[in-house]
Amino acid sequence: MTTRLTNTDRPGDGPPAAVDGGPHSTASPATRVLGVLVLVASGVLAVLGLVASPADTELGETVRLLYVHVPVVAAAYLAIVITTVGSVAVLWKRSQWWDLVAGSAAELATLLTALTLVTGMIWGRPTWGVFWVWDARLTSTAVLFLLLLGYLAVRRTTTDQVSRATRSAVVGMLLLPNVVIVNRSVEWWRSLHQDPTLITLDPKIDGLQLFTLVFGIATATLLLVWLLIHRFRVAWMAQRVEAHELDDAIAVRRAEAVGS
Amino acid sequence: MLREATLVARKDLRVELRSRVTTNQVVPFALVVLVLFAFALDPDRGVLERATPGLYWVAVLFCALLAVQRAFAVEAADGIRDALRLTGIEPAGLYLGKALAVAVQLLVLEVLLGLGVVVLYDTALGGWGLLIATCLVATAGIAAAGTLFGVLAAGLRVRETLLPLLLLPALAPVLLATTRASEAALGDDTAEGWPWLGLLGVFALVYLTAGLIGFGALMEDT
Repeated sequence: MTTRLTNTDRPGDGPPAAVDGGPHSTASPATRVLGVLVLVASGVLAVLGLVASPADTELGETVRLLYVHVPVVAAAYLAIVITTVGSVAVLWKRSQWWDLVAGSAAELATLLTALTLVTGMIWGRPTWGVFWVWDARLTSTAVLFLLLLGYLAVRRTTTDQVSRATRSAVVGMLLLPNVVIVNRSVEWWRSLHQDPTLITLDPKIDGLQLFTLVFGIATATLLLVWLLIHRFRVAWMAQRVEAHELDDAIAVRRAEAVGS
Repeated sequence: MLREATLVARKDLRVELRSRVTTNQVVPFALVVLVLFAFALDPDRGVLERATPGLYWVAVLFCALLAVQRAFAVEAADGIRDALRLTGIEPAGLYLGKALAVAVQLLVLEVLLGLGVVVLYDTALGGWGLLIATCLVATAGIAAAGTLFGVLAAGLRVRETLLPLLLLPALAPVLLATTRASEAALGDDTAEGWPWLGLLGVFALVYLTAGLIGFGALMEDT
């Protein structure tokens, strides 16, 4: 991390020279292809989910919302796994790269968990008649959302990069174990009173429905990867700008000292 | 390491004993919480007695927040953190010691709160084996998690607001488990409580491990 942007590399002077081999725009040919893929896949998913696949025998038309809900959940969990792996890598190898990956993944995990809750509530209203029930999955997802908000709060407490990396890594490392413990406890809690979930999905879903669901999960995973790469690049560049500004400030102070 | 841990714990407890902040402020606060619950839930309808395990553990969690904040506030002044690092005590020992001190204070508070619910809520205690085991294991978990997040928040300008946000959601499973286990102990069917005790044990182990691993890095850093 010793290479720095020189003072001549101002935004107005055209694209800055390559630094550290890091990205200089959030787009690259590979991500453009990936982005187009995600767009096309989302379009296909919309057609599959809304038009092509039949309504469910039990759930009726509401089953269509599950083609978004379930993939979003899958992507949220994947993002949490990435956050925890990244946090362990930060503590183990003191890696700045992994810190940015973990932070970016946690932001996406928060967004996806919020979407999980929202889509779940929209689905719950016609299915159960209420937006919220103290069902095992809903409750544990809500706790998970709060845990993620805590992680993001830690990341915003300090601008010192090493300190931020260490503190957030300790919280991030515990995210996955927490998810497991919370899920276990909430499921036991609810099973004392009622079934783990109010409604068990019919496992004999029709071929096209199953395909739509799997296709949705693949699409959400692609979307997560695409967003993660872009978010990571933004974080990386923000860090470069900070280093750049510090250098500028030091240079200005030096010039003052010489002038006096 | 254990010897160092007891040294640190004795230091913290001696500070508490002499400053009397726990006895003069945290214990009265616990009582205030118990009284507030009575105002919120009409005491005449037996709601309080039925909800005792839950209310009791919520009160314990609130007190745990104060105890943890206090454990690191006493070290904020006069460069005591640096002094502690200069003593050469291993971070793991330091972590265990501070957690132990918090745990001892919490256990004392739990006994007092227990008396409080017996007197104020007219709750009949029973199932002593399960009850005491629950208190001990849950306190270990709360102290382990509290001390880890405590040092993480210590030294930050936003520590007072950050600690509850981090600690309370993480302790949600503990609240569930302790409440169910205590309910089982107070009711007829103690067999239902033991699995919850296992969950509390797992929680305590996970957080103790994380604390032993992470405390060093966090101490260096703040």
